[in-house]
Amino acid sequence: MNLSILKSDKKNLNSFIATGSALIFIGFIDIISSSFFGTNITAFLPNKISYLTPLLFGLFGLYLIRIEFSGNKLLDKININFNSSNFNALLTLLVIFALIKYIPPLLNWFVFDANFAGNTKEDCTDGGACWVFVKVWLNRFVYGLYPDTEQWRINTAFLTLFLLVGASFFVPQKFKKYIIIFLLFVYPIIGLKLISGGDFGLKYVETGAWGGLSLTFIVSAFALILCFPIGTILALGRRSKLPAIRYTSIGFIELWRGVPLITVLFMSAVMFPMFLPDGTYVDKLIRVLIAITLFEAAYMAEVVRGGLQALPKGQYEAAKSLGMGYWKMHFLIILPQALKLVIPGIANTFLALVKDTPLIFVVGLLELAGMVNLAKTNPKWLGMAMEGYVFAGLVFWVICYVMSRYSQNLEKKLKTER
Amino acid sequence: MSKIIELKNVNKWFDKFQALKDINLEVNQQEKIVICGPSGSGKSTLIRCINRLEEHQDGQIIVDGKEISENTKDLEKIRAEVGMVFQQFNLFPHLSILDNCTLAPIWVKKMPKKDAEALAMKNLERVQIADQAKKFPGQLSGGQQQRSALARALCMEPKIMLFDEPTSALDPEMIKEVLDAMVDLAKAGMTMIVVTHEMGFAKEVADNMIFMDEGKIVEKAKTKDFFENPKSDRTKLFLSQIL
Repeated sequence: MNLSILKSDKKNLNSFIATGSALIFIGFIDIISSSFFGTNITAFLPNKISYLTPLLFGLFGLYLIRIEFSGNKLLDKININFNSSNFNALLTLLVIFALIKYIPPLLNWFVFDANFAGNTKEDCTDGGACWVFVKVWLNRFVYGLYPDTEQWRINTAFLTLFLLVGASFFVPQKFKKYIIIFLLFVYPIIGLKLISGGDFGLKYVETGAWGGLSLTFIVSAFALILCFPIGTILALGRRSKLPAIRYTSIGFIELWRGVPLITVLFMSAVMFPMFLPDGTYVDKLIRVLIAITLFEAAYMAEVVRGGLQALPKGQYEAAKSLGMGYWKMHFLIILPQALKLVIPGIANTFLALVKDTPLIFVVGLLELAGMVNLAKTNPKWLGMAMEGYVFAGLVFWVICYVMSRYSQNLEKKLKTER
Repeated sequence: MSKIIELKNVNKWFDKFQALKDINLEVNQQEKIVICGPSGSGKSTLIRCINRLEEHQDGQIIVDGKEISENTKDLEKIRAEVGMVFQQFNLFPHLSILDNCTLAPIWVKKMPKKDAEALAMKNLERVQIADQAKKFPGQLSGGQQQRSALARALCMEPKIMLFDEPTSALDPEMIKEVLDAMVDLAKAGMTMIVVTHEMGFAKEVADNMIFMDEGKIVEKAKTKDFFENPKSDRTKLFLSQIL
């Protein structure tokens, strides 16, 4: 079939645009009416064809208005960006139609048919999401089984942390490093002591009662801060000229990378205490922290090693020729550049770490996802799994998105090359 | 004049390939030596052995009275006294030009930051890029980068300067500004070993010329004799090709 008579050109431009737009319009009417009003205007056609009509109308319409240069800015923009070929036109239509078809039901579930008011499951009558569940359980989702009267301690600890981190961005360069040193080495001890208590007139709260989002933060923060230096040292070790150090590093990395995290956590809970002398006891949260840290450090090591390998040999030679020894060369010249190169990889590992924290349920610690899991099995709230997991998913997404944006900003800020 | 570098029967292999064959060389204080030769003749390897960026397997290398070998404990001290300028500049791209210059004096020589900065500015002035001090290497032209690299090496106040084809990676019009800076340095009395193909520079500056081929020193002569009256046929052939 010769389609060339159906090809628009300068002369018949207007009629083609009119016909094309009309066809596209019909396509849109069809999809909108079927998804919003439940009426199928092409119901007279066979079932399968009727399902595809919006796509067919749209595709043919887009074909008709595709013209190399029309002089009409809007039309040219559409043609260049969405309608440069039949395949691209198809993709454009598929995406738009999918959005029209599936976004409204989602919105209905999330917002319009959802219930926000009330205190029991019975208050959810509209058929959408039952956010009452999240509202009622929010305290548990954030603080776990931590006693209500002591929750101010967690609040204080995190508020101080955020204030300190915030301050580190705004104070002059001179004080910055003191704040950072305090944050890395002193604050974790103070924070943990505040939350666990036992001294200074604070009631002792055993780690089994910690949980929810605050535990997610505690586990992630400690593992993040610790796995980074350990990973860096392992990466350097793997490139060391000394065989003992090199093979130890390789062995460590390959061992930890080769086992699933869930096994490692299980071992830390069950096997590890067997190796300890009788009477000694290491808290299960500490064991879990060590396990996650070492596990992620092995991944971090390989990410950092990638950066080390990407640096030209000349950087090492220049540093050596200026009389720098191994440590000065690495800390002043090599690592600042290598780490900058692998910020995306580091961010990747950090995000994976945060999302791995729910696995600590295997040792009986319940962070956010674990608390949701617990809440949904409550007899009064059966059937709320969807709401709970969607909520947990959203919270994780927000945490990860913030981290991801921060890493992108850092990349931009540190960029000194052209 | 006293010897500052001495190489005795130095041999070096890269696996089975012998890069240096029985090299004997003495360099006096304030002497300027230019090494030339075809590519792959071992001239870069030779000067890289002097600050042990390459390891030699046989023979002795003595720099400022200390032998360089795998047992050398204060290798860093020797390297601090031997400045080096590379073909690819090798500036540190994450640091400004000024920081490039002050880093080693502060951390290796434990110089106070103020003194290091004053010294750096003096040396940047000397190579005429003091106005670029706050910029990053990526923002400078090749010639400016190489002069910065020279200033960085000078900030360690070395006794000896090694140049490994310092102008080979530069556009023709930038070569002159780098060579000018090197001529100034030579006139100030620095001990210099320069691997280069810039024969004009060699004629102007060098006390002695060395011609290398296949890992051996084929000819070593006073600069004037070398160009006007070369002894070996291999040298004559090389000179006829590049002059």
